[in-house]
Amino acid sequence: MKLRKVTAAAAAAVVLSLTATACGGDNDKNDSGSGSGGGDKIKIGIKYDQPGLGLKEPDGSFSGFDVDVATYVAKELGYKPDQIEFVETKSADRENALARGDVKFIAATYSINDERKQKVDFAGPYLLAHQDLLVKADSDISQGTDLNGKKLCSVTGSTSAQNVKDTIAPKANLRQYGGYSECLAGLQSGAVDALTTDDSILAGFAAQDKYEGQFKLAGLKLSNENYGVGVKKGDKETADKINAALEKMVSDGAWQKAVDDNFGPASYKNEPAPKIGAIVK
Amino acid sequence: MFDFLEGYDVLGAFWTTVQLTVLSALGSLVWGTLLAGMRVSPVPLMRGFGTAYVNIVRNIPLTVIIVFSSLGLADIFGVTLGASDDFELQGFRLAALSLVAYTAAFVCEALRSGINTVSLGQAEAARAIGLSFSQTLRLIVLPQAFRSVIAPLANVLIALTKNTTVAAAIGVAEAATLMKEMIENEAQTVLIGAVFAFGFVVLTLPTGLLLGWLGKRLAVKR
Repeated sequence: MKLRKVTAAAAAAVVLSLTATACGGDNDKNDSGSGSGGGDKIKIGIKYDQPGLGLKEPDGSFSGFDVDVATYVAKELGYKPDQIEFVETKSADRENALARGDVKFIAATYSINDERKQKVDFAGPYLLAHQDLLVKADSDISQGTDLNGKKLCSVTGSTSAQNVKDTIAPKANLRQYGGYSECLAGLQSGAVDALTTDDSILAGFAAQDKYEGQFKLAGLKLSNENYGVGVKKGDKETADKINAALEKMVSDGAWQKAVDDNFGPASYKNEPAPKIGAIVK
Repeated sequence: MFDFLEGYDVLGAFWTTVQLTVLSALGSLVWGTLLAGMRVSPVPLMRGFGTAYVNIVRNIPLTVIIVFSSLGLADIFGVTLGASDDFELQGFRLAALSLVAYTAAFVCEALRSGINTVSLGQAEAARAIGLSFSQTLRLIVLPQAFRSVIAPLANVLIALTKNTTVAAAIGVAEAATLMKEMIENEAQTVLIGAVFAFGFVVLTLPTGLLLGWLGKRLAVKR
C-alpha cells in the first residue's frame, strides 16, 4: 500500500516536471521569436557530421554547402538567419522527420530516388554528385576496374558500398565501417587504398585543414546522385517556393559561391547547377 | 506489404548472426570458465589477473572493443587472424574475438556466483580425500556450480545474441548490417525495424525458454 502511494507520488512529480519544462521551452521560443522581429522559427533538417556539407562546429554554429543552401532557401521563404533552427536528421530518420512535421524541409545529401519519392516530395535537385574515390595524393588508381583486388573502405549499408559490391568492382576487398572518419584513419595509415562515397562528401573531408594535400579525388563518375530538398509528402506549395528559391540562388551567383567556399581546396570539379526537376539517371 | 523484403538475403544475414553467436558463446564459455577458475584459485597472481581482467573488460563498451579490434589490432598492429586479404572474414573473426573477450567477463561472474553456492564443506571434503585444487574444481565444485547458474548464463547468452549487432560497426554482414542497408534503400524504417526485431525475438525467446526449463530441471536441490 505504502509502495503504491510512493509510486503515485513519483509519477505525479515526473508529470509535473515534464509539463513545467515543456512550458519553459515554449516561453523561451516565443521570447526569442518576438525578439527577432516577430514570426515563427523554421526548422530545417541537416546532417551534423559531414564536413563541407552539413557540419556542427564545436562552437555550435553550422557550416557546409547544405547549410548554405538551406539558409538561402529559408531567406527566400521569409525567414531571417536567426529564425532558423537546424535539426539533425540522420539518413535513417529523414522520412519520419518530414512525416511527423519535425522539420519544414531537409537539405542533407538527400539523393532523389523512386522509393523515397513514395514517402516524401522533393524540390530541386540542387546538386549533382557522383560516387567517387578518395585516394592518397600519390596513388595510381584511375578507373573503377583498378579497384579489383584493392582494399576499399565505405560506410556500412551505404548506397556507395552496395554499388561497389554489386557493379563497380565485385572483387574489391571492401571494408565497411560505421562512419567515414574511421575510413579516413585507415586511408591515412595505408590499411586501405581508397575510400568511396559521393564526391561532394569526399571533397568536404579532404578539404579539412588537417588533411590538406594528403588526399585527392580520383574523378571517376561511378553513379549519379541528385541531391534534392525533401519536403512533406503533398506539400506542393513549399516545394514550389523552394524550387523558385533554388533557381534564384543559381542565377544570382550565390550557388557557385557556396560550392567554391565549401569544396574549394580538394580539386573538386563540380557539375554545373542542375535544372529544377531534371534528374540525371 | 512486405514486398520490400525481395532482393535481400534476410535469412543469410541472420545465419551470420547465429554463427557469430554460437562461436562466441562457445569461446566465452571456455575463457569465462578459465577466468572463474583463476578468480577462486589459491594463487594471488592469478586471482589478481582474473579480477583485473573482469573489472576492466566488462566496463569497456562493446562498441569500443570491436572498433578497436579493427582499427587498432588489425590496421595498426597487423593482427588479422589469418585473413589479411579478406576484410569480410577478418571482420567476422575480429568480431568473434571481441565478443568472446567481452562476454567471458560476464560468464566468469555468473559462474563465480555459482561456485559460491557450493558449500565450503564440499571443497574441504575433497581436499581431505587428497584431491588437488584443480581436481576439486573440476570434479566437485564446477559441476554443481554450472547446474545452479544455467538461468543467469541464459541471460548472458541472450545478451550476446543481441550484442552481435554491434559487429555492424566494422561491417560484418550480420542482421544489423543488412538492416542499415535496407533502410538506406527502402525508406521503410518502421516495417524494416519490426522485421528485424521479430527475427531477434525468434532467436532469443526459444533460447530463454529452453535454458530456463533446463535450469529448473538440473538445479541442485539443497
